[in-house]
Amino acid sequence: MSRARASTRAGTGAGLGLRAAALFGLLFLNLPLVFILLYALTTDDRSFTFPPPGLTLRWFALAWSRADIWQALALSVEVALAGMGVALLLGTLASLAMFRFHFFGREAVTLLILLPIALPGIVTGISLRSAFDIAGISFSYWTIVLGHATFCIVVVYNNVIARLRRSSPALIEASMDLGADSFQTFRHVVMPNVATALLAGGMLAFALSFDEVIVTTFTAGQQETLPIWMLAQLVRPRDRPLTNVVAVFVIAVTLLPILGAYYLTRDTHDASGSGK
Amino acid sequence: MDEKKPSAVSFRGVSRHYGEVRAADSLSFDIAEGEFFSMLGPSGSGKTTCLRLIAGFEQPTSGEVLIRGLSMAGVPPYERDVNTVFQDYALFPHMSVAENVAYGLMIRKIPKAERAARTEAMLAMVALSGMGQRKPSQLSGGQRQRVALARALVNQPGVLLLDEPLGALDLKLREQMQVELKAIQRQVGITFIYVTHDQGEALSMSDRIAVFNKGRIEQIGRPDEIYEHPATAFVAGFVGVSNILSGAEAAAVAGAPAAFSIRPEKILLAAPGAPVPGDSCFADGTIASVLYLGASTRFGVALAKGGELIVIEQNREETAVSASARQGQPVRLIWQRAHIQEMRT
Amino acid sequence: MSALAADVPARGLLRRFSNFLYRRPRLTLALLLLPPMLWLGVVYLGSLAALLAQSMFSVDDFSGLTVYQPTLKTYGELFQPASLDIILRTVVMAASVTLGCAVIGFPLAYYMARFAGLRAKAVFYLAVMLPLWSNYLVRVYSWKLILAKEGVITWLFGLVGLDSLLDWILALPVVGGPSLSASYVGMWVVFMYIWLPYMILPVEAALERVPRSLIEASADLGAHPRQTFRNVILPLAVPGIAAGSIFTFSLTLGDYIIPNLIGNSRPFIGMVVYSYQGTAGNIPGAAAFTLVPILVMALYLAAAKRLGAFDAL
Repeated sequence: MSRARASTRAGTGAGLGLRAAALFGLLFLNLPLVFILLYALTTDDRSFTFPPPGLTLRWFALAWSRADIWQALALSVEVALAGMGVALLLGTLASLAMFRFHFFGREAVTLLILLPIALPGIVTGISLRSAFDIAGISFSYWTIVLGHATFCIVVVYNNVIARLRRSSPALIEASMDLGADSFQTFRHVVMPNVATALLAGGMLAFALSFDEVIVTTFTAGQQETLPIWMLAQLVRPRDRPLTNVVAVFVIAVTLLPILGAYYLTRDTHDASGSGK
Repeated sequence: MDEKKPSAVSFRGVSRHYGEVRAADSLSFDIAEGEFFSMLGPSGSGKTTCLRLIAGFEQPTSGEVLIRGLSMAGVPPYERDVNTVFQDYALFPHMSVAENVAYGLMIRKIPKAERAARTEAMLAMVALSGMGQRKPSQLSGGQRQRVALARALVNQPGVLLLDEPLGALDLKLREQMQVELKAIQRQVGITFIYVTHDQGEALSMSDRIAVFNKGRIEQIGRPDEIYEHPATAFVAGFVGVSNILSGAEAAAVAGAPAAFSIRPEKILLAAPGAPVPGDSCFADGTIASVLYLGASTRFGVALAKGGELIVIEQNREETAVSASARQGQPVRLIWQRAHIQEMRT
Repeated sequence: MSALAADVPARGLLRRFSNFLYRRPRLTLALLLLPPMLWLGVVYLGSLAALLAQSMFSVDDFSGLTVYQPTLKTYGELFQPASLDIILRTVVMAASVTLGCAVIGFPLAYYMARFAGLRAKAVFYLAVMLPLWSNYLVRVYSWKLILAKEGVITWLFGLVGLDSLLDWILALPVVGGPSLSASYVGMWVVFMYIWLPYMILPVEAALERVPRSLIEASADLGAHPRQTFRNVILPLAVPGIAAGSIFTFSLTLGDYIIPNLIGNSRPFIGMVVYSYQGTAGNIPGAAAFTLVPILVMALYLAAAKRLGAFDAL
């Protein structure tokens, strides 16, 4: 079923209007990010004049020297790493369980795993805040991690279970048949199979956590992750160009894991069986 | 009924239920040491279930599976002295051919040098020397099948299970592999348990065959027993082409209304009124259909006293033209009484 | 000669544990599932329960401290005209954003599903996914730059001589404002930009699932392409649109950052929640307000389910 160029079939080609609309949609989605880069380089530090009066790298140097930016960055990285770690562990356990066993209540488990990301961030944020208030827990690094890890679990889970479903179940049986118990089978056969999916899931979880701002504002108290720093800047603008620089940096840091995860999980063909 | 040496595999009243479905229904049989034993039957007949019960991927709902006299209840697959060649080979895609073959040895912590030596020897036995460093994705279907075989055999298991291993190969390759498998089995002397739905395969390779149907075994015996003396109508129909006459039609031919079967190649197509030897039966009829099969011709003969018999004759002098010309001719069918098989069902 | 695997080294502890687990699949399942379920159950479900609980508490008017006694007083605040005003505003914005996303997203999804070649499709997917995974804040911020009074949009309008059009838009009674970056119109545009990928992906998936044979059958029976579109393709795309609308609607309902940054200081539900739990320390009020989007979404989901959205997710 090849998707031949539509224009070769009379009456069903993509009209010029449709193509233009599609192009407009694409540009609409991606062009704004380019503007941020532009404004990070502008010499104007007062307003958002377009076209920019001049270009400079001054702001990048300035950002480098700011202690509060470095602190926020450090906290973001620490939280993201911890969230990613917890998500990797719990997400893998969950996907192994759901893949191997069929049991009553499967749908409920899937729903529970999905819920943190399905409900809007504000609900998760306020819920956690409510819970901390009732339990008398004060804000700390761990309260932030608690929130982040919860919605990162589903990212790892989705990646790993998709990979598991694509692999042949006979591989596990073959391994056990040849004398390997469950742990050895996991180590020699299952892990190599899902390794890249785990990596991709972990990277996506990192990116998700790094970017997160809504839940974080409710669970962070006085601490600032990088997005919170940015939010404070946006609400009460003090150092506009610095904000732009930080924004450019954040785009870059998030872009890399996303692209990496995409390449890691592109369809790989399974060569274990006879049909392929 | 104990023999001096325990059977390689024994089933004692084994059943495997999935809710309402009885994949295996109260099976009891023995497989002898060093046998090439085939389990033959259509899809869903329970033969693969039995294989999985022996391998340990499933546990019986009731009954016992014994390997060399030891009960396998609750014993996981990795503790059994059994290895399997899977239907889709199940080669580990991230390992090379050599690593695949040596997997079982590696798990058992056999030292590297010995692993390498045994792997090489096994690859040579399956005619894949020098392919050790390739990945499964780089091999053809037939080559992958051999790697799967080598991977199982290198562990010198007491019993080797083969789950329709030749299903994905084309005809010529399949026939070649059948010969090779049989030779390897003779050479290593291991008990082979072979699952297939192809009766030709089972007949040509096995020492004994078990014919499965709906979770039960209809008959166990040597290939010639199964073919020449099918115990039930199912076996008669599944293994080879068969003629079955019952009731009034049977009475008209054989004198009694008991159902019986006769193989089409055992019937002689003679001219009407030909003399019938003392040890034979006969039936008169007309040729209703002619099917040219190349090496043989298949005649459908409508009997004068009711019913139809199929006769297959070798085309020693017959041609397609002369055969089709015989359509509508009256004939007399003659066969030896000894070749009749009475049907139990 | 034995029935069990030969040459097995001393039965290590791990192997004995493996045997133990193998005979007990239910225990294995429990061990695997317990850690994640415990976490999600305690942390997430527990928090949701806390949310419900908090909404039933109230804040003492004099001390400003939370009173941990169940009462309906906080719910009562929801029904005051000011609160109802906020809720209405948020719901209307959510609806218009959903509409806008559907209108802009559909052609893109349609093109992707039916006309893009294999390579173009991969590019499209990436182009739609990247913004989705990029930092939300950065994306909102980029529009603040673009919509600023001295920014690109103004420059663009000026370039094509449509200044007066821009001024007219800004002068519109309710939706206008001092500048695009502080008006309902601006908010509407930014909301659409942010949630667009959530609409495009399910619609694209639904359109892709329309079998080619249906379209050919329609043409074979004499329908013009436009009729085929209206009678065959569009109805089959509705579940996808409904699924996408779930995201756009619910995400807009709960958002507080965009109204804050691009708004004209009129409160939205999200902003109220945020300000309540922040300096005001009125968590019960925040919790009660949060229940509103949850309730609205529950109703919306029930409606969307009828349209078949769940099958298109």
